[in-house]
Amino acid sequence: MSFARRFFTDGMEGLGKATFLVKETVGSLIRLRFTWKDLLAEVYFIGVKSQSVVLVTGAFTGMVLCAQTYFQFHKVKMDNATLAVVSVSMCSELGPVLTALMVAGRVGASMAAHIGTMKVTEQIDALRTLATHPVDYLVVPRVLASLVSLPLLTAEAIFVGILAGYVVGVYLLGIDHAYIYYNMLKHTSALDVAVGLIKAFIFGGIIALTGCHKGLNCGGGAEGVGKATTEAVVYASITILISNFFLTLTLNQLFHIYD
Amino acid sequence: MIEVRNLTKRFGKTLILDGVNLFVDSGESVVIIGRSGGGKSVLLKHIIALLIPDSGEVVIDGENLCGLNERELIRVRNKFGMVFQGAALFDSMTVGENVAFPLRRARSCTEAQIEKKVAAALEMVELSGTEDKSPAELSGGMRKRVGLARAIIYEPEIVLYDEPTTGLDPVVSDSIDKLIMRVRDELKVTTIVVTHDMRSASRVGQRVLMLHDKKIYVTGTPEEIFSSKDPIVERFVKGISTNKDIHL
Repeated sequence: MSFARRFFTDGMEGLGKATFLVKETVGSLIRLRFTWKDLLAEVYFIGVKSQSVVLVTGAFTGMVLCAQTYFQFHKVKMDNATLAVVSVSMCSELGPVLTALMVAGRVGASMAAHIGTMKVTEQIDALRTLATHPVDYLVVPRVLASLVSLPLLTAEAIFVGILAGYVVGVYLLGIDHAYIYYNMLKHTSALDVAVGLIKAFIFGGIIALTGCHKGLNCGGGAEGVGKATTEAVVYASITILISNFFLTLTLNQLFHIYD
Repeated sequence: MIEVRNLTKRFGKTLILDGVNLFVDSGESVVIIGRSGGGKSVLLKHIIALLIPDSGEVVIDGENLCGLNERELIRVRNKFGMVFQGAALFDSMTVGENVAFPLRRARSCTEAQIEKKVAAALEMVELSGTEDKSPAELSGGMRKRVGLARAIIYEPEIVLYDEPTTGLDPVVSDSIDKLIMRVRDELKVTTIVVTHDMRSASRVGQRVLMLHDKKIYVTGTPEEIFSSKDPIVERFVKGISTNKDIHL
């Protein structure tokens, strides 16, 4: 009983702190309380440095999705629809979700570890004594850079995934390139891409806010930093997967994609 | 002018400070001594509002800090400089960037002015030419000097030192003490030093306060404190343990 009560109160306390962090971050964003230099440094770290991971993930996801779809569709003589499945899946689901999960692992962990270490070595207290709000200096550039970078990384992953699927379909599995290309264009709309990019934008916010929140509230010592890092990745990944389901339903209702 | 009124602080169920009262006049140099874990650093962090008291007030120049939010506290903290026990240098920046940090955040100086001020601050702490070094390349004493240069570069009215000589050899400790006195005398700042280094306490303080049993136990000039016949004060300043202390 006591464990359940503690679990509940800790959970509510964490949610409360996260809500205040979001409020403080939005206020700071609106008032432009960050420097462009800090923002560009974060865009470089989150966007540019994550490209190799995201491109490999996108390419191999497109390839395996194409092969697996072909194996099933070939049984019912629907080979030519293979790339359409790859394209729609990559645009609206696999592209944004897998990109976000990979970035959460790389960037979310790094944010929590960096900010957590700053906290346990009193660097965040030092920031505050130097008349700098930690949210302005540490959180806002990371959140903004993540919001900008995730849709761009997702667009890259989608493009590479479809391209890799096309290469596997045409050159390895021997599907007619004109038909699969035509079917891909026929069944993929701009709304599918828009849904993927909107999701990526929201996932970007989730990754950065979770990483920063866990870092700012980490416990003492190396153990605290380690725990904060692990939790940042786990919580961000779970939040991405859960919110993806609700985003799919909501965006479908909004845009009437499959009506 | 710093005033702490009836300050009480708990961490969980542990009472750290119990009704502490403190008054420090402008330009005064005060040293707070006391046992390790006795709440000296906690008291110091309340003075700069890094911690919020459970009850009581901290008043700086007539303004009560307890009712202010984090954004409002930024304005008040401009009056303070703080040197941390472990220096708390930003390890992702060079020494020069660390010292320049408050000026760059304030956006009140040009780059040329900032460079000039950084060079002057580093010269004051006798670390000229170390601008491009990283904090990891510095010794403990050098890190504390850089921390001091960063704390005084924007000319605060009050400088707080949290155990500035802890972990340093006697020669480096001596140089840090001299530096604290130099900063106090040249910049005419109010100084509060938290320490359990008795040699340092006797040199840098015009007034010494002893924190004991969660309260300010005694206050006086260094001469009064160091010649006190009160058994608790005498045991502490002379570093005499009892059987009870061995088990702590």
